[in-house]
Amino acid sequence: MTPTARSAHPYMANSAPALSQELLDAVGVADVEDLFVQIPVEHLTQRALRLPPALPSEVDLARHLKRTLAANVDCEQTLSFLGGGCWQHHVPAICDEIGGRTEFLTPVWGTPSSDVGRNQAWFEFASQLGELLELEFCGLPVYSWGCAAGPAIRMAARMTERREVLVAASVDPERLAVIRTYCEPPEMTSHIDVVLAEIDAATGGLNLAALAQLVSERTAAIYFETPGGLGVIEPACERIVALARAHGAETIVGMDPISLGVLAPPGQFGADVAVGPTQPLGVHMNCGGGVGGFIATRDEERYAREYPTLQVSICPTSVEGEHGFGLTLFEQSSYGSRELGNDWTGNSVYLWAVVNAAYMALLGPAGFAQLGELILQRSHYAARRISELPGVSVRWTDFFKEFVVDFSESGKTVEQVNAGLRAHGIFGGGDLSRSFPQLGQCALYCVTEVHAQEDIDRLVAALAEETR
Amino acid sequence: MSTLRRYHAAVWDEPVVMELGRPGRRGLLFPEAEPGVRDAVGNGADLVPAAVRRRSRPRLPELSEFEVQRHYLHLSQQTLGMMGVSLFGTCTMKYNPRVNELVTARPWIAELHPGQDDSTLQGVLEILHGFNEILCELSGMRQFVFQPGGGADAAYTHACVTRAYHHDRGELAQRDEIVTTIQAHPCNAATAAAAGFKIVTLPLEPEGYPSVAALEAAVSERTAALMVNNPDDMGIYNPNIKRWVEIVHEAGGLAFYDHANFNGVMGRLRARELGFDACMYMLHKTFGAPKGGGGPAVGAYGCSEELVAFLPRPLVQRDGDRYHLEHEGPQSVGRVREFWGNVPQVVKAYSWARAMGAEGIRQAADLSVLANNYMEQRLLEIRGITKSYPGLTAPRLEMTRYSIETVTNDTGVTVFDVQNRMVDFGVDAFWLSHEPWLVPEPFTPEAGELWSKEDIDYWIDVLGHVIDEAYSNPQLVKTAPHNQAIHKVDSSGADDPDRWATTWRAHVRKQADARELAGSA
Repeated sequence: MTPTARSAHPYMANSAPALSQELLDAVGVADVEDLFVQIPVEHLTQRALRLPPALPSEVDLARHLKRTLAANVDCEQTLSFLGGGCWQHHVPAICDEIGGRTEFLTPVWGTPSSDVGRNQAWFEFASQLGELLELEFCGLPVYSWGCAAGPAIRMAARMTERREVLVAASVDPERLAVIRTYCEPPEMTSHIDVVLAEIDAATGGLNLAALAQLVSERTAAIYFETPGGLGVIEPACERIVALARAHGAETIVGMDPISLGVLAPPGQFGADVAVGPTQPLGVHMNCGGGVGGFIATRDEERYAREYPTLQVSICPTSVEGEHGFGLTLFEQSSYGSRELGNDWTGNSVYLWAVVNAAYMALLGPAGFAQLGELILQRSHYAARRISELPGVSVRWTDFFKEFVVDFSESGKTVEQVNAGLRAHGIFGGGDLSRSFPQLGQCALYCVTEVHAQEDIDRLVAALAEETR
Repeated sequence: MSTLRRYHAAVWDEPVVMELGRPGRRGLLFPEAEPGVRDAVGNGADLVPAAVRRRSRPRLPELSEFEVQRHYLHLSQQTLGMMGVSLFGTCTMKYNPRVNELVTARPWIAELHPGQDDSTLQGVLEILHGFNEILCELSGMRQFVFQPGGGADAAYTHACVTRAYHHDRGELAQRDEIVTTIQAHPCNAATAAAAGFKIVTLPLEPEGYPSVAALEAAVSERTAALMVNNPDDMGIYNPNIKRWVEIVHEAGGLAFYDHANFNGVMGRLRARELGFDACMYMLHKTFGAPKGGGGPAVGAYGCSEELVAFLPRPLVQRDGDRYHLEHEGPQSVGRVREFWGNVPQVVKAYSWARAMGAEGIRQAADLSVLANNYMEQRLLEIRGITKSYPGLTAPRLEMTRYSIETVTNDTGVTVFDVQNRMVDFGVDAFWLSHEPWLVPEPFTPEAGELWSKEDIDYWIDVLGHVIDEAYSNPQLVKTAPHNQAIHKVDSSGADDPDRWATTWRAHVRKQADARELAGSA
């Protein structure tokens, strides 16, 4: 063994020299190198690892991590209005407790019987999301909203055997970049054309006349979001669905589930496929590492057989009246059929699904309704107050928690405004001037239940100063 | 021989949450809007256009706060969840240091937004940059990106980088094939296919890996890349791997090293020194970050200087003692997922690497290979257990694949039955094999560096006991588990559209349909 190892390492039970020796003796080798004879000598590195000094003591390690991370300025210390795919919501304490349980946190898979608790929590994730969406079929979560939208578009392309998708031009650029990755470059034979459908300058929703011109028998799907990447609630969901259906195309809608206490669910307006984010449901922003996504549809074979995900079904057990849970449609996944499966799946954000389940159970129907109304009230209050500032306006009025603030008339750039706000301990809205240059100097502000009136008033006062 | 524990799982007969609670209960209240807010904007519901208001309340359960907590704690208790011994092969079960959970749960990670100004993110950027340097030192690569949300996403990233690389050379339309082996993880073939490539899969030969001649026959001017792991899940190392990389390079393709099985060779092999253009490490596996029962995870993808331009963005850069994010690159593939990756997991992996240090990492590799070879000796003494490629006598690396085909032929007991019986003694299910099963009735334990010799002995003793039961009382094993929260799950209807139900509402409807059908029959 490593001759300089002085004491046992806390993460390695057999690292004490005498215990390592016991294993060596049992195996019957004098030197551990004798166990690596499969590797040709010329493959072995000739240069020892040069890494920063080891910190095997938790005392030193914790000190180092804390000192380093103390350089961050987080959204709890400040007042943040950043959104755009990752949002600051209240995380109930129970969500943190459940997500931190070692039985959920540490392992991989077990058997359906030995790990029934986790499987049941996953089923409860899908079940509660299904109620919010009014859809009956829901897969286990995927990496993110974009990683749901991209594969959902590919599902539609396989189902319709068409290779064009119409995507609302208001989709968040980060998400659109992911969608483009999944749709493949034009050189690939299975490339899907991403055609951007323009938004109506007056409402911020899709321009239906333009959409009607674009949709055709080549269209696999129309993909739109409500609220979308610019925060706007799409007012014409049913008409978009009808337009798609008239051309044999699928409708894929992106929705933030936290809005579903107040906004019409996909099942109500007839969307075929729903996708969206899961981070708002009880997961911290985690610097963007809290994001997750979902795919859901009606429970029809035509859709179910195209899912790329794994999914859990409620099942009976060998004892009458007892229920368990097992994977359904495993064979069509990449685990079951390699390259012949539906796209691919792998590790995802299954721990967050457990947390999401606890979150939805905590809120219940009244909680979602109350939360939705509160967010609407506070975000609209903020928009109204901000739009009273000279040189500052709010672009569209039908929105949920995010809205577009236009600083063009103030003579200030968003970058200047945000730098000024930082001096007040405020993170202003995300800068849209690069991603949507046609909008001018605009920013996307996000207001949720964590923003009390006094926070919003403080923002408005600081903005007044910084746009003067 | 260890004394087998009288284990029994907690049995709560826990209902599905949809069956719990009573109308009117609340688990979480939100504040009322302040009078000033209400006066200004009125009711919340009126702020939604009438056509897109929700018409009926979602049929969610209504529970008190404690009822929700208790329910999910019951579910956690009804999850074996590595509370005993888990030697789940190909996944490298590790201890997930609690200090990392505590540190990353604090607002300085948990309440960071990825869109914050770089000046407010210096701590986390320093850690990401530092960890990038650690992985570059381990692999010899030039730059890592943490955006991929797992190993499969890293494989997908490689397929995307491959597209961008050949596009840049004007050869993408011509290079439409990716070569892999049947022993590579299914995600390699599947992600490459989803990226638009045709898949060429090399079969194994008597040596336990495909031959050089087979690879030479497979590559051509159509070859875009090779995607391969080494050692494979049987613990077999392909000694021709350097030659393989040369062959692929000579054909104009890229070589990707799926370093899923890095644990046994940490500190001994550098992917770049073997010639590879890119590689992948799973931070939730090899680097001590938790697995979460299937993520959030990180497939850290690293590449040579030549490919850095094509990596997804953002990348962390250092100028002197300040750090910033490079958000776009003209030749970048763009994004494989939103934002920079599962940042808390990267911090945990960094912390693990610092806690281990260079010596500790090398020692972990030594211990994992040593423990695997210790296991092999004892496992092969158990009746009916054989090793994959038994003719290969050289010691395997950090895991070995075995078969109980003999036991199955003798008794009818399958690997699934054995899994189900072992959990009755507090031992988590073992890993079988990825598809396709080249070894009949396979199982693949991996001891890693975490587990004590006593734990490993206990695991082996439980397996020995269950195999004895298979011969003496096969019915007992076939009807297992007996000491779990529930009994054996019957998933025979899970692929039947009339019976599958991924949501409670589908379940309720299908149950009613079935009753109606039974009533009318």
